[in-house]
Amino acid sequence: MNSQPTLQIEDLAFAYPDGNQALYGVNLSINKGERVALLGPNGAGKTTLVMHLNGIHPTGHGRVMVAGKIVDPSDKVGIKEIRSKVGIVFQDPDDQLFMPTVGEDVAFGPYNMGARGVELEQIVDEALKLVGMADFKERPPHHLSFGQRRRVAVATVLAMKPEILVLDEPSSNLDPASRRELADILRSLDITIVMVTHDLPYAFELCERSVILSGGIIVADGETSKILKDENLLKTHRLELPVGFSL
Amino acid sequence: MSTTSPVQLTHGHHHGHDVGERLYIHKHSSVHALASHLKILAVLSFILIVVATEISNWLAFISYFLLIVTAVLVAKINLITVFKRALIEIPFVFFAILMPFFGTGTVVEVGPFKLYEAGLLAGASIVAKGTLGVLSAVLLSTTTTAREILRGLERLKLPKVMVQIATFMLRYVNVISDEMERMKVARESRGFEATGIKHWKVLATAAGALFIRSYERGERVHLSMLSRGYEGQLPHEEPKHNNAKSWSIALSLPVSAALILLISNTLTITIGK
Repeated sequence: MNSQPTLQIEDLAFAYPDGNQALYGVNLSINKGERVALLGPNGAGKTTLVMHLNGIHPTGHGRVMVAGKIVDPSDKVGIKEIRSKVGIVFQDPDDQLFMPTVGEDVAFGPYNMGARGVELEQIVDEALKLVGMADFKERPPHHLSFGQRRRVAVATVLAMKPEILVLDEPSSNLDPASRRELADILRSLDITIVMVTHDLPYAFELCERSVILSGGIIVADGETSKILKDENLLKTHRLELPVGFSL
Repeated sequence: MSTTSPVQLTHGHHHGHDVGERLYIHKHSSVHALASHLKILAVLSFILIVVATEISNWLAFISYFLLIVTAVLVAKINLITVFKRALIEIPFVFFAILMPFFGTGTVVEVGPFKLYEAGLLAGASIVAKGTLGVLSAVLLSTTTTAREILRGLERLKLPKVMVQIATFMLRYVNVISDEMERMKVARESRGFEATGIKHWKVLATAAGALFIRSYERGERVHLSMLSRGYEGQLPHEEPKHNNAKSWSIALSLPVSAALILLISNTLTITIGK
């Protein structure tokens, strides 16, 4: 049973209700403990794909499996379990931190999963400690820096003890120090990570494996260093390393 | 990741729980320590008693006022601060001040003015009751964080949806006002200055854009809530254990008010005889 992938996507296709098709048959398999960068230009379908991982978008065609279980939003009990296993960190921390204080926000997920009282407190403290934000428990999110808010957003998801951590553009809008701090935190976590980004150096720094999603399909899948060295491949899919950056 | 701040501009101390509060003033007092639902109950019943008092019973109103002043002092809040904040009622009682000038019935001459007695009494009633109500509400908001007031309302069994909406408002009012500010700066950076009615179209468009943005944010927030297992319930804490002492502190305000009403009513009746 241990050999089954943590995340398995088979032939996933999806079109929005307005007819705009975003995914055209995605196949992807990610094993436990892997850190995978999901690269792709704007509009490649990255966020749409992420929304399938915990059943926010119903699977149109194909299937998504998390730890061997099929993601199916119509199965109310099953989907709750899936959502506790797939933690999504959204791009804008203000979308994710909706409770009046940091502590309450981190408590939101585990509360929904049934944790109460002392147990809940412990989970919250532990998650905040993992991201170095334990001193900010009583603060309203509005008064934190952007980098701090992103770290709290990571904590809100870690508090649910997920099997996979999915981050949507984790490095966007971060100053260099916050960016490095977040990288340190992500590296310290013993968890499967899927990182959606077009920040190629960040992908190189954190993920041994990268896949490129372009035009709604996976066009490349392999070692990050190899993929980033393939200039033609990057160019075809509107990806570029920063000027002066070489591997 | 603590940073050292060389210049401390805020006065007094806080323990983190009053950061970002606009009205709350942190002090250690028996009023601050009370559970918020008790305070809400106390203030609400006090206001009800005040409203139920006849305006002719002026002795009662003076006593109510002294009662509020005592409560403010017990809460270790500066009286001037409370009175300044109570000025918010002015637009609301403005019409009450005009009432004596219009009406019918008995006319009282006060200096150069001819005032109508009925209007005078009605106006005085609105001003007096309004002021006492506002003062007690100011006392509540000064000694209770906005978050605690929401928790109190929740414990008082206010419908969940209302508490949730208010909770989100509390969280996002700053986010949205920041967004509004950025839009304003962006407009002004391109030479726009709202001077008159001809600029309303631009402002209306901006308001529309802000609405759409907020609406979309609402959708994203909802997605992120669903992702963390939201099923219609926000986490809430079990109420703190309330001992008889905190009940008696909270109830002292409305109970004293009720006593004042009772005693002054009896007095008036006796004197009337």
